[in-house]
Amino acid sequence: MVRERETPKQQQQVSYTVEQLVAVNPYNPDILPDLENYVNEQALMAMPAPDFSLCLFLIPERVQMEEQFKTLIVLSHYLETGRFRQFWDEAAKNRHIVEAVPGNKLGLNAGFEQAIQTYAIHVLSLTYQKIPRPVLAEAINIEGLSLDKFLEHQAANSGWILEKGHGRGQLIVLPRNEFNHPELKKSAADSVPLEHITRIFPILG
Amino acid sequence: MAANYDYDEAPATYDDANRQELGYDPNFVPDSMYEISFQTLSDRLFKDTPWPSVDAVAHYVDNDQVFCLLYREMWFRHLYARLSPTLKQRIDSWDNYCSLFQVVLHRVVNMQLPNQWLWDMVDEFVYQFQSFCQYRAKMKNKTEQEIALLRQFDQAWNVYGVLNYLQAFVEKSNIIQILEQEKEGLEQFTATDGYDYSGGSNVLKVLGYFSMVGLLRVHCLLGDYQTGLKCLLPIDISQQGVYTSVIGSHITTIYHYGFASLMMRRYVKAIREFNKMLLYIYKTKQFHQKSPQYEQILKKNEQMYALLAICLSLCPQTKLVEETVNSQLREKYGEKMARMQRYDDEALAIYDELFSYACPKFITPSAPSFEEPLVNYNQDAYRLQLKLFLYEVKQQQLLSGVRTFLKVYSTISLGKLANYMEVDEPTLRTILFSYKHKTHAVDSDGKIISNADVDFYIDDDMIHVVESKPVKRFGDYFLRQIVK
Repeated sequence: MVRERETPKQQQQVSYTVEQLVAVNPYNPDILPDLENYVNEQALMAMPAPDFSLCLFLIPERVQMEEQFKTLIVLSHYLETGRFRQFWDEAAKNRHIVEAVPGNKLGLNAGFEQAIQTYAIHVLSLTYQKIPRPVLAEAINIEGLSLDKFLEHQAANSGWILEKGHGRGQLIVLPRNEFNHPELKKSAADSVPLEHITRIFPILG
Repeated sequence: MAANYDYDEAPATYDDANRQELGYDPNFVPDSMYEISFQTLSDRLFKDTPWPSVDAVAHYVDNDQVFCLLYREMWFRHLYARLSPTLKQRIDSWDNYCSLFQVVLHRVVNMQLPNQWLWDMVDEFVYQFQSFCQYRAKMKNKTEQEIALLRQFDQAWNVYGVLNYLQAFVEKSNIIQILEQEKEGLEQFTATDGYDYSGGSNVLKVLGYFSMVGLLRVHCLLGDYQTGLKCLLPIDISQQGVYTSVIGSHITTIYHYGFASLMMRRYVKAIREFNKMLLYIYKTKQFHQKSPQYEQILKKNEQMYALLAICLSLCPQTKLVEETVNSQLREKYGEKMARMQRYDDEALAIYDELFSYACPKFITPSAPSFEEPLVNYNQDAYRLQLKLFLYEVKQQQLLSGVRTFLKVYSTISLGKLANYMEVDEPTLRTILFSYKHKTHAVDSDGKIISNADVDFYIDDDMIHVVESKPVKRFGDYFLRQIVK
């Protein structure tokens, strides 16, 4: 399953920046502010890719003790351990981080908030076939009418199905993938790469 | 223990046997001469002393520049191995590498050298860089003289310089394109073990090839695992290749590939590669008993078992490890692995112990501060990597409990499981999310791959457990039989 982002261009920019910063001159003190900025603003958005932890491996410990970093590390911790409610609570107390990379409400420009929501949906899609509305709401931090609108959009464009959950409210059926529908898992053992088969072509004649 | 030798003190005369060795065709070096004779002579004549200085031997070889550079490289290598280099010697060694590498990169070198030698050069180059960074980071007891030298020669063993040379070899040799074209049958490289049978030289190509492994190693030392793995990508480690032609290169490649994969949470990949390597070493180590590399081989073997123990504790798998390797693993780490999977404080201490034993000697590549008070910062890099590793282990603490329950039930409601685990439902959900996230890694192509041996999905409030079927790889087996 390839993780799809709403804006593929954004994703490319994110991973290119990591490579660029890290591969070229990681230990030049001049470039360290750029790396720090990257960490500040974009590394978390790359989740589930481990960009944030990879950056932490490279930034000296004393720099990681600064206030700004400590907050990011806490936020990252919440995301890594699936604690979405705590993440959004903490993010609300640190609006400057959320607003550092603003997005467009329609999701055309994946800012910080949208990127984290995409990550949350990714984790939910690995976990749930059918998810109760309140659980979804908490994970992506959208409620009420906004959530209704969001669900309509997803139903129209991403194959989500809205069901009535036995009396208790809405159930959202997420798209099928090999992680929440194990019968879809392609057995890796059965497929042999073409390159290996070419080895026996001469023998087959 | 090891003594410091200045150049003047090195013996300037040597016996007939030595003189004979040097009268060979400089364009062709038989493997045995490099691998065996040098070692034998070192043991017999230069056990605790350096070899004769290059000036003493130069006129015996008509002052051949390339010979002298190569000789000096081996001279320094011997020094590092048997004695302790002074700062001046470290700097001179760097200068020698620069001169030698410049020649290879910019002149047409028409010799063929054994792969072992070419690997040793790259390996030693990275080793001396690592050694220098460790040395330089211990500022506390440096003499005035040493500090002055460090200030003066600040370019020696500079991290950019090291990376640039390795990168230059990769690019100038065109090795990546050669390997690509080989897949299409347009080039011969692996098939000839890197040797050039069409009248050219193997030196640049093979140095370029081994430099990719060198880059992987340097990036691991710096904590940049992603870049390290990217550098290795052109080499297909699922196949034999020039990297397996030299045991040192084979082990270094797999050890660092496995370690970098572990740090990037690609546990299954790490386990697969460690398993293959450990089995290979088990079967072949008897053939290397006389080799000077033997101790290194044994050390890396033990370290890889420790890393394998870590990987399997974080990511239990039942079918990935060969019987022989598994029984060795149980013997060495069976008890510790059981304790690691309990995820208590004692477990953390064991993770710490194994990681510290098996990890590379991380370095801080930046130049020291020369201001008082002078400090030792050589442990900083290691401490950071260890701290982040243990942080990851702690985040995975609750997953072990979930796994135990998932193995017992085929379906269970969220409420019931929360009860058994003595947490509330919201907390259980976070644990389950965490389990999914931690067991599904992002590989180098951006795809999601599952590392989970036991998996599940949730339907509303019901958890359905999915047992992963044992994967038998028939395809490869049949192909091999057909080829026979």
